[in-house]
Amino acid sequence: MSEAFDGGGQLPAAFMNPGTSSFSEFLGAVAPDLLPTGRDLPQGATASHLTPEATTIVALTFPDGVVLAGDRRATSGNVIANRDMDKLYRTDEFSAMAIAGAAGIGIELAKLFQVELEHYEKMEGRSLSLVGKANRLATMIRGNLPMALQGFVVLPLLVGYDQDRGQGRIFSYDPVGGRYEEHDFHSIGSGSVYARGALKKLFATDLGEEDAAVVAIQALYDAADDDSATGGPDLHRRIYPLVDVITSEGHRRMSEEDVARLATAVVEERAERPDGPRAPLR
Amino acid sequence: MPFYVSPEQSMKDKADYARKGIARGRSAVVLQYDGGILFVADNISRTLHKISELYDRIAFAAVGRYNEFENLRQMGVRMADVRGYAYDRSDVSGRVLANVYAQTLGTVFSESNKPWEVEIVVAEVGEDPADDQIYRITFDGSVVDEQGFLAMGGSAEQVTTALKDRFDSDASLGDALNAAVHALRQENGEERTLDSSGLEVAVLERARREHRKFRRITGDRLSALIDGGGAGAAESAASDSAGTQSGSGSADGQNGS
Repeated sequence: MSEAFDGGGQLPAAFMNPGTSSFSEFLGAVAPDLLPTGRDLPQGATASHLTPEATTIVALTFPDGVVLAGDRRATSGNVIANRDMDKLYRTDEFSAMAIAGAAGIGIELAKLFQVELEHYEKMEGRSLSLVGKANRLATMIRGNLPMALQGFVVLPLLVGYDQDRGQGRIFSYDPVGGRYEEHDFHSIGSGSVYARGALKKLFATDLGEEDAAVVAIQALYDAADDDSATGGPDLHRRIYPLVDVITSEGHRRMSEEDVARLATAVVEERAERPDGPRAPLR
Repeated sequence: MPFYVSPEQSMKDKADYARKGIARGRSAVVLQYDGGILFVADNISRTLHKISELYDRIAFAAVGRYNEFENLRQMGVRMADVRGYAYDRSDVSGRVLANVYAQTLGTVFSESNKPWEVEIVVAEVGEDPADDQIYRITFDGSVVDEQGFLAMGGSAEQVTTALKDRFDSDASLGDALNAAVHALRQENGEERTLDSSGLEVAVLERARREHRKFRRITGDRLSALIDGGGAGAAESAASDSAGTQSGSGSADGQNGS
């Protein structure tokens, strides 16, 4: 491994150079082998079966901030690779991201992005703006394009509380690093079409934090209902969706008891009415 | 035309030069208190810091020439982040950082004409007070593993003496801070006035946070701690600030996690 971080002796000159506050740029200079992106794969190889796929993520804003929720299932073909996966990553005090697509690469990317934000904050003495964070993530996704073309597509969803504007915001991405701001709600992953339908019906601009979490759980339930790669609340194994909430107070993961209570209530309602809450026709 | 200078003389001259440079600046103190490690620097700037976060449990304090210790600080942040990313967050230790700083300063001191006029501290807060590590690294690359407290910079000796009288590793944050401020006032052998606007204060809190233990103490909370002094005032200020920290919106406030 590179001696860049062995700490046995003096460090390479790059450590002392003034310049970048970006961790990934710095890592690219001193230890590029540690970066998740930019690996050369054999031409024409399709290796996407090597890593499980992570699936449905939903996010919605509410007056105090933003809610991000994810199911727990990772699949490898028609096999459930993992039942209690955590696809949500707290990236700093006021932002979080979630991943869909190639799990192995996505987890590495999330870890890199976490360090990227923290590194900038320590080097500069202040945090990036939320849009700055979103753009930074876009650059990192763009770096993954060669891998995406070989089947390792990673798509993140970034949510955060914008302290300047005093509101929660949602950013989605495409595989070439395109960044799109989403309004009110969004969903990514294989079950996202079903989740988005549910979000569209249930979203309101005046939801409280807990109600916003219920909307997210309902949407995940619908995704799991119709998409085999998305896991619903597993009451027997006590595996529930994960819900992160970001407000002006910062990032907080909703406690397992709270999510269990909300998810159990959703499942019980579905026993009465399998298709979920009805919206009035007119 | 080159002329001969003995190695002894050359080293002595460099050491004198570095000491003089460091002695021109104001002092900083680092000390244990009942909740972790406290850093206090005599620094009127709000943005050019003498005290910074290096990693989750590790902080940095420095006196001397700003551009030189800022360079060292950035190097430490890079090294810590690369190591933590390559291995695991728990594999970044104060000892490793102190060693790299010592190597760097030692090399600069022996190989270049101008030694760096800096003295730095790398401190790591442990699970309990016995695990706390405080390393002082001087301009020539020597490392000292300090116990409990230390002062560096301007009139380090006077400040150390004053700090020794009042130091108590079980003191509350307010008491420890007042002991530190009292010590810093002894600079240049005269009692100086020193209020919260001229102080840079930060702590590594043993228990409060999940992973990033570093937090700056600024504004009202700092004034309350200095004026209150006693344990009661310190406690109420601490709990007050915990709730409003993110609301303050300052860049400093976000330094903690």
